[in-house]
Amino acid sequence: MTVDLVEYPLWAAILVSSFLVIGSLLTLIGAIGIVRLKSFYDRIHAPTLATSWGTGGMAVGSMIFFLVGGGRPLVHELLLAAFVTITTPVTLMMLGRAAIYRDRSSARPGIPPLGRRVELNLSEKPSEGELS
Amino acid sequence: MSVVILTVAVWFSQIILALAMMLVAYRLFIGPRAQDRILALDMLYVCAMLQLLVFGVRTGNAIFFEAALIIGMLGFVATVSLAKFLMRGEVIE
Repeated sequence: MTVDLVEYPLWAAILVSSFLVIGSLLTLIGAIGIVRLKSFYDRIHAPTLATSWGTGGMAVGSMIFFLVGGGRPLVHELLLAAFVTITTPVTLMMLGRAAIYRDRSSARPGIPPLGRRVELNLSEKPSEGELS
Repeated sequence: MSVVILTVAVWFSQIILALAMMLVAYRLFIGPRAQDRILALDMLYVCAMLQLLVFGVRTGNAIFFEAALIIGMLGFVATVSLAKFLMRGEVIE
């Protein structure tokens, strides 16, 4: 299935082009951030530009392109955008926790200390009235 | 007219995405510690997925979206397992 580009409407072409350019430029901004930011905990924020609006712009652009051009169902782009949006916080949270665990276990400077722990008083038995 | 606009936009976004991939590969190369390299690898997966999306728009073919979906899923699994390896020293406990 191919799209006929010669009789493609102009408004859809402008819309698709602007979404593609916006998505790619946001991805480039994220890549510049991943190179230029100083510490790892700053750099872990940079890929979210690519995964939120970079992927969103690209997905919306190709959705409009194939909807106007060929009438293809939009399941692929919706799946892709939803999957990337859901999985990115999970991966970055696990990576950040692994990094701060490594930094704490090797006692590198500049890492914030652990918060004051809530002490569990397990020896004291609750009285009869508190249980019910 | 619309052919010219679409062609220029697709070329531009492919070049921009290639530039982003080069910058991320630079961080993957110089990254001081292991977590920087894993972060750069995750971003590289995302950039490759977007590159395949733009390639699907350029060729007008729907087969590239399945490849992009597979790259997204495998990138998620790879990053999670590498982060778990950093945390524990082993992947499957």
